[in-house]
Amino acid sequence: MSIDLKTIKHISKLSRISVDEKKAEKLAGDLNSIFDFIEKLNELKTDNVEPLTSVAETTLKLRSDEVKSKNLRDQVIKNSPKENEDYFVVPKVIE
Amino acid sequence: MSDITKQSLSELVENIKGKKLSSSEVTKAFVERSEKSKELNAYITEDYANALNKAKKFDEKPNLDLKLPGIPMAVKDLFCTKDLRTTAGSKILNNFVPTYESTVTQNIWNEGAILMGKLNCDEFAMGSSNETSFFGNVQNPIDKNLVPGGSSGGSSSAVAAQLTPITIGTDTGGSIRQPASFTGTVGLKPTYGSCSRYGIVAFASSLDQAGPMAQNVKDCALLQEVISTYDEKDSTSIDFKRNEYSKKLTKDIKGKKIGIPKEYRVDGMPKEIEDLWKKGIEYAKDCGAEIIDISLPHTNYALPTYYIVAPAEASSNLARYDGVKYGFRAEGENLIDMYEKTRSEGFGAEVQRRIMIGTYVLSSGYYDAYYLKAQKVRKLIKNDFDEAYKKVDVILTPSTPSSAFKIGEKTNDPVSMYLNDIFTVPVNLAGLPGISIPAGHDAKGYPLGLQIIGKAFDEQNILNIAYAMEEKINFKNNITDWWIK
Repeated sequence: MSIDLKTIKHISKLSRISVDEKKAEKLAGDLNSIFDFIEKLNELKTDNVEPLTSVAETTLKLRSDEVKSKNLRDQVIKNSPKENEDYFVVPKVIE
Repeated sequence: MSDITKQSLSELVENIKGKKLSSSEVTKAFVERSEKSKELNAYITEDYANALNKAKKFDEKPNLDLKLPGIPMAVKDLFCTKDLRTTAGSKILNNFVPTYESTVTQNIWNEGAILMGKLNCDEFAMGSSNETSFFGNVQNPIDKNLVPGGSSGGSSSAVAAQLTPITIGTDTGGSIRQPASFTGTVGLKPTYGSCSRYGIVAFASSLDQAGPMAQNVKDCALLQEVISTYDEKDSTSIDFKRNEYSKKLTKDIKGKKIGIPKEYRVDGMPKEIEDLWKKGIEYAKDCGAEIIDISLPHTNYALPTYYIVAPAEASSNLARYDGVKYGFRAEGENLIDMYEKTRSEGFGAEVQRRIMIGTYVLSSGYYDAYYLKAQKVRKLIKNDFDEAYKKVDVILTPSTPSSAFKIGEKTNDPVSMYLNDIFTVPVNLAGLPGISIPAGHDAKGYPLGLQIIGKAFDEQNILNIAYAMEEKINFKNNITDWWIK
């Protein structure tokens, strides 16, 4: 298979990572060699195999629905690049 | 005592408990050696002044009943430490100061240990040589311009160079065992669910595990019993009966059945690795173990499976870095532009590559062909181990297909870098515990490791076998302090 520049642009959009032409070409080369390597899985027939979603063979524990951490507002906002009082600030969204 | 930093963790604990050494003396010795060793670039963030203060406080009112009384320790910079910068080796977290503590590090401080600083690692633990770190390469103390392995490269370098008596790393595909092997140290990846993932910067959540890295097996066992606790803050933490691993440690492994998987004799494996493996088998026999040939038929499919599962989970986990809530932000013309610039400038090349792979295999139209397929093959790989463990107690393999390589040697070829993890990745996919112990040297004098893989929750057995073999191997690390002027 081959991943072309159009696909790279599409993935880059989905990933929210901007790429210019030069970077897109480099990524296409890298991804193609990685996917050549991944294609090996197609040698295996897996029609009747159950997918493994978790190696931890336990069911999730139930707990009572109660608040355990309170008043975290200052902590939550402490590391934000830009804030105004109690809010995160982002570039203007609505004109 | 001039040779404090040469002592193992167990010796230091004994000397502090016996009041032959104070925490301040020990902490000062490791801080001084760390300060003389900047050229290794093992630390991202130093916290020496606080460490010395904490040691002084400990000495004023020492609690000698603790397991790590006043022991200084630096940890991988993937563990969130309250009020001390935690970067995950990334520009995007360059200024991130956690407001909470990871469970694993909290367990360590609860037993009396003292934080000295945060150790370098590959960016978001994605790498096998520590070369993807935003904070630069780490030097392997074994030789100049040699990689220390990765992703826990700062950790392996710091333990081997005796900048910290012991440390913790994380292992998603080999990130504890491969650097341990490259630096002549011991590294344990515990069973998935043994150590809490709470407060560890996430890479691939179904594979990530924290574990100890040490100079010997006994120290490793002691730290493992401290860090492994059930934690309700991690929904995949498992509530099983944990041992006091160091107390139950024994060299009596007579009659233990050790499996040798034929599929690990990979094409192009250097003869010295093959010889090391044979030597390991002889040592195990000398200890009274029984050797049994086994088959793990899907071994060759483990790396391709890993390179779908891990990037898929990473692309989802790393979606949180958006320049809004914390971390680095690049200004943009609008919200989307800000996101895209932030992530493009904030993540390094390898991380971007893996996010793109992960996004692609999860995207509409490709999910079944890649992600679902990989989950199915992952099941086959786990079945292989389940089948093998009907016949054997543990499995013995080389830790890595080569010794440490030079800085820059593999950076241009991602696939050749990925092949480093060929023997370690299957263990993560199956959620099993594995330990790497130093077992010999190659022609260049670089260390080589052997890996012992156990059944789930059977850390005790692999530690025992490692402990018995360690005595027979009698490995000596050749560290010349070349970086100290």
